[in-house]
Formats: sequence, C-alpha cells, structure tokens
Amino acid sequence: MNKVRTASQLTGDIVRKYLSEGKRLDGRKPEEHRELIIEKNVSTKAEGSVRVRLGKTEVLVGVKMGTSEPYADSPNKGNLMVTAELLPLSSPRFENGPPRFPAIELGRVTDRGLRESGFIDFEKLCIEPGKKVWTVFVDVYSINDDGNLLDAANIGAIAALKLAKIPKYDAENEKILYGELTDQGLPLNDKAPVSVTLHKLGEHFLVDPTREEEDMSETRVTFGIMDGVISSAQKGEAMSIHIDQFKEVFDMAERVAKVLEANLDKALK
Amino acid sequence: MTNERQITIPGEIIAEGEDYLPGEWTEKIDGKIYALRYGLLEESNKLVKVIPLSGTYNPRRGNVVIGKVESINFNGWVIDIGAPDNAFLSLMEVPRYVNKDALDEVMMIGDMVIAKIWEINKRGIDLSLKSRGLGVIEEGMIIEINPNKVPRVIGKEGSMIKLIKDQTGCNITVGQNGSILIQGDSIEKELSAKKAIMHISDKSYIKGLTEEMENFFKENMAKESIN
Amino acid sequence: MAKEFTRPDGRKVDELREIEAKVGIVPNADGSAMFRSGNTIAIAAVYGPKKMHPQHQQNPAKGVLRCTYNMMSFSVTDRIRPGINRRSTEISKITQWALEPVVLLEDYPGQVIDVFIHIIQADAGTRTAGINAASMALAHAGVPMTDLVSSVAAGKLDKTLVMDLTKEEEDFEEGEGPTDIPISMTKDGKITHFQLDGKINAAQLKDVLDMTKDACAKVYEVQKEALKNSLK
Repeated sequence: MNKVRTASQLTGDIVRKYLSEGKRLDGRKPEEHRELIIEKNVSTKAEGSVRVRLGKTEVLVGVKMGTSEPYADSPNKGNLMVTAELLPLSSPRFENGPPRFPAIELGRVTDRGLRESGFIDFEKLCIEPGKKVWTVFVDVYSINDDGNLLDAANIGAIAALKLAKIPKYDAENEKILYGELTDQGLPLNDKAPVSVTLHKLGEHFLVDPTREEEDMSETRVTFGIMDGVISSAQKGEAMSIHIDQFKEVFDMAERVAKVLEANLDKALK
Repeated sequence: MTNERQITIPGEIIAEGEDYLPGEWTEKIDGKIYALRYGLLEESNKLVKVIPLSGTYNPRRGNVVIGKVESINFNGWVIDIGAPDNAFLSLMEVPRYVNKDALDEVMMIGDMVIAKIWEINKRGIDLSLKSRGLGVIEEGMIIEINPNKVPRVIGKEGSMIKLIKDQTGCNITVGQNGSILIQGDSIEKELSAKKAIMHISDKSYIKGLTEEMENFFKENMAKESIN
Repeated sequence: MAKEFTRPDGRKVDELREIEAKVGIVPNADGSAMFRSGNTIAIAAVYGPKKMHPQHQQNPAKGVLRCTYNMMSFSVTDRIRPGINRRSTEISKITQWALEPVVLLEDYPGQVIDVFIHIIQADAGTRTAGINAASMALAHAGVPMTDLVSSVAAGKLDKTLVMDLTKEEEDFEEGEGPTDIPISMTKDGKITHFQLDGKINAAQLKDVLDMTKDACAKVYEVQKEALKNSLK
C-alpha cells in the first residue's frame, strides 16, 4: 500500500477516544509492545547482525569492527559509531539522498542509549594504549516502517552487539583477519540499555505505536534504561508535557523497560 | 488449489488459438495471448483477461473516491486521492453557495471528503460533490486497501458490501481509490467491519468468497456478540 | 579432452548455486522481492507508478524507471561506508537498462517507477541478484511488463566457461585468470544487459551466450514460482 498521506484527523479522534478508555485499535493495551521477533546472523560477513520485527516494522542491524587510533581525550578506550539509514525502500515517505534529520536523530538517540549507559566496556576494547583501539560500527537500516523505528533500531543494536564476535587480529602486521572470528564476544554488561519511547496522543500515553498511531502522536519521549537506571532521554516534537504528567511518564517508562528487556532476552534465545 | 484461481505473470502464454480474444492486461501476437501483468487469470466466452492483484490507483471518470484536502486556492480545493495527479474540486462543483473568500469554512486542509471524478484531462482530475452521498466527512473510521481489491469488497451488484453492512450494522462507503469509510454506532462495530474488509482483501483471490465471508461472520460475530 | 575443471565448491561448470526467491517482503511497498544465489542475498522494493519529482526530470512521452542499487555496510567483510558511491551509481544505471526494455512505460507519461535494491550479504553476483529481485518486485507491484528479466553472473576461469561465479572464483589467479560476464535476458533470448571484464575471444563468447540462456531459464523458473506462490 503506497500512501504518503498521513492518517486523517477523523481516525485520530477515534484513536484518542479509544486510548482514553485504555484501549487501542489493534487490541493492545497502551503499555503493550507488538510481537518481537529477532532473526540472528542475517549477514555472515558482519561480526554480528540481526533482523528485528516489531509487528510489521522491520529493521536490519549489523556490527562491523575496525581498528584506529584512539581519541586524544580517551587514549585507552575503544570507539563506537552508530549510523542509521531510513531507506526509501521501507516507506513512501523516505527519499533518496543524504540522511535527513529523522535518520540523524535515530542514529544519535540509539548511540546515546548505548554509550551513556556503560553497556560497552570501552577500556576492554583497547589494543595498545594511545596507539590502537577497536572501533565498533553499528549500522541500522529500516526495511519496513510501520511505526516505532526508534525502539526497533535500539533493540536491533543491542541484539547485534550481544551476538557479535571479535575478529582475529594479527598484531604483528596490524591487520584484522575478517571472516575469521574468535569466540570472544564484545565486553558488554549483562543488562541491556533498552529504549522505550512513549508517545502522547490527546491526554494519554502509549508505547510502540503503529504508523497510524505515530502520525497522531503529538510529542514523544525516548528513555534508555539499563537495570532501572535511566542514562539517556530525549523529548521530540513540539507539543509540551505538563510536569505532573512527566512524572507519570518516568514510572511508565520503567515498567515498560522491564517487560521489554525480558522480551528481548526471550527473543534472542 | 481448486479453491484458488490461477495466477499469471507478465510474458506468460495464457491462451492459444484464433477464437480467443485478448482482454484487459493481455496482448495477442501470432495467435498466442500473452499476459502483461501479474494477476488472476479469467476467461469467459473466449475473452481472456488478467485481474490485477496489486498496483496503484488508476482513476476513471465516474469513480467515487475518498480524498484528503491538501491545499486551498482562490477557486477551489486541491485533494489528494492517491492518484499520480492531485485532484481539484472547483467551488462551482459544490451543491451550495460558496463565498469565494471563505472556502475554508466549507472545507479545511486535512478534511476528508467523498467526491466523484467527473472529468480527467491533461490538466488533471476534476472532482464534483454534486450528487447524493457526496460531501465532507464529519465522523467515522477511514481505512485503506489496495484499489484492485475494491471490486471484491463491493461484490456482484453490491452483494458483499451489503453482507458486511447487515452483519455489522455499519454504514460503509467504498472509494474506488481504495479508501473506505466505516460509520457505526460504536468503535467495536466499526472495528469488526474493518476486520471483515481486511479479510476480504487478503482472500480476494479465492473462489467462493461469499461463502468464506459467511463463515467468517458466523465465527466472529458469535465471539463478539455485538448484534 | 582436457580434464574436467574442478570448482572450489564442487559445482559443475554450468551449475548454478542454490537459488531462493520470495515476494512481498516489504509490506509498505507496491511490490517487493528477495532473491538469493548461494551466499549472495538481494532485496528489492518498487514504489509507483507515481508523479515524478523533481519536475524537471519528468518525461512527457513516457514514464521513467528509476533504479537505486546499494550494498549494506555489513554485506561485505570490509565495511562499506553507508551512502552512495561510484560503483553503486553505475550498477543502478545498468539495472535500469536491464529492466526497461520489458516495462510498458508509454502508459505512464510524467510518472516514475522507483526500484530500490539492497544487498544484505555479498558473495559475488550482486548486480545479477539485484536485477532478479527487481524483476520480480516490478511484476509483484502490478507494473505492466512484456516479460520478466533473468540475470546470471557468467564467466570464464582460465580457459573454462562457468556459470555463477563466487567471490572466491572472481579472485582466481591461474592461467588466463577470471573473466566476469554478467548477462541479463528475457526467456526468449532478448539480451537486456551485458558486461565483460577479463580476456575472452569471440568464439567462446558465443558459447557463453548459449550457456547463459540455459542458466537464465533456470533462474526464470524460480522467479515464476515465487510469484505464483505469492498468495500462500
């Protein structure tokens, strides 16, 4: 179905009315995610890769590793670089060309969630202090946009990082032996910094919107939460949220994060 | 297999012989009829054609469509009906007096409207509201299906749409462009009509679709007991 | 008779890798498909026909077929930076030329049909896998076409003609080395795409065409099956 048209106000009225009764058009509760399916190793050329499906939303995420000099202010720490592409393949709303704001935001929010939480122990990614460190590249591609690419991208990044194996490194010749993976995974925390984005429709919040619901979203807040600790947040879009509601938002995010983390673990088995 | 019609693909030979005639989405070369499109094969009285299963909306004069107001200019409204060209509704084609300085009082940007295509020419698609059942939509649920499935949702002489209306108690307006308006006295009834329509869209290729839908309603209505 | 040439994976010279194809993999698109040949995986999605933007690129006489081919960063061992590059730009154009002869663009003046192709995993034959996926995606989208297009990465290793080269074979060093000849054609032999990279004589090239026609026929059967099974 190729419709660039966003959902109409009429549908929005119905969605908001239903939400005020704690219901959603597809039968879910406001705090309920769609079915999460993770397919492992979609590309054997990657050090780690997954296909994530949240309902009909689909993203592909791959991890590649490279070596480089460390940044001057962190001479014994490895690096992380997250890139996201909103492919025109995935929606009639995306166009060819250099990344526009939504793709840039997607990359940066995913990056922040991974980086600030301490999920990756960057010091263990040091090969030679001051000279050589590992850089972990996380590349996200949207394959079908049916809403909530933000959380799907983050789930994919976490899953791909968990599955990744470090390639063999020939220290003498300073060469990475791609295709020859060690048994060693990345230095990661046991718990993962799951991302939960809450969307405000009318006076109520929901998570994991479909494309139709996301069109009706007036504003959203994305949290990166690892084991109960909130380490990143971003509010997007232009409407405001009253301070009392914002406090409820924190509680909702914590509840949803617990469930999502459990679902993520289950989906990876 | 017997409950399903045959799928054909572009370039396939679907009939051979002098007495066969090439219908829609086919061409005849040297006595052979070739399919020009992916779809369902249909033959009646030696006329062979392909019924499309997919594809964008192809606007035709006389089509009733449901569109969204994109912009307003000095003498009318530009309406998105999901066709390659936007459609235009002139203020002269509205069945009431319209003050040309207050077009947005009749219809605003973002409003949904049921209209009829009364003319298609090089300049574009012209719409009209001068007929019964046309006008701005005040309330209801609007869903989208592929325009090629619309004939099955309507059914022979409207039989399928009547079945849905009777079973769900909703009023349903089907736009030829794949946009469908559902109006019922509860969201639950509207959702059940939506579910039925999506089921028809998914199963549009089978024979005996009427029987399939009658079973569908027996199973689903009993569960929800909304009648 | 020279000894039978042994390929690294044990295939016969005219044997193709395992092929898998499926349509409808991107729900938002008007048509979509996946095509896998051995370890090379391509996906394609079609949007259109629709109004062509920017306006100056509109063709008033007939529709425009606009193809974009790209490889995902993690599809190869050495990461490719996301974004377009010269190779992907050339292959995008080659793909358009490979498909255009079968698409009835005259029916869509001023409009564009967008075809997006991405390689998820690469083991040579990426452009041919992309063309195969795109051909199915166009049909799946209901775009009027006179036929499908099927594509095979034909070639020569030293003096032996082979079908469907892997990356390992492309890096072949012995004798005359490797010659890459990706070819696309319709089932009745209309060649829509032909490229060559290596060393070969005219006589052998004629044999290549015959061998490739048989190979493309096998690809066609898989593409056809994928479309015929699309509703299951």
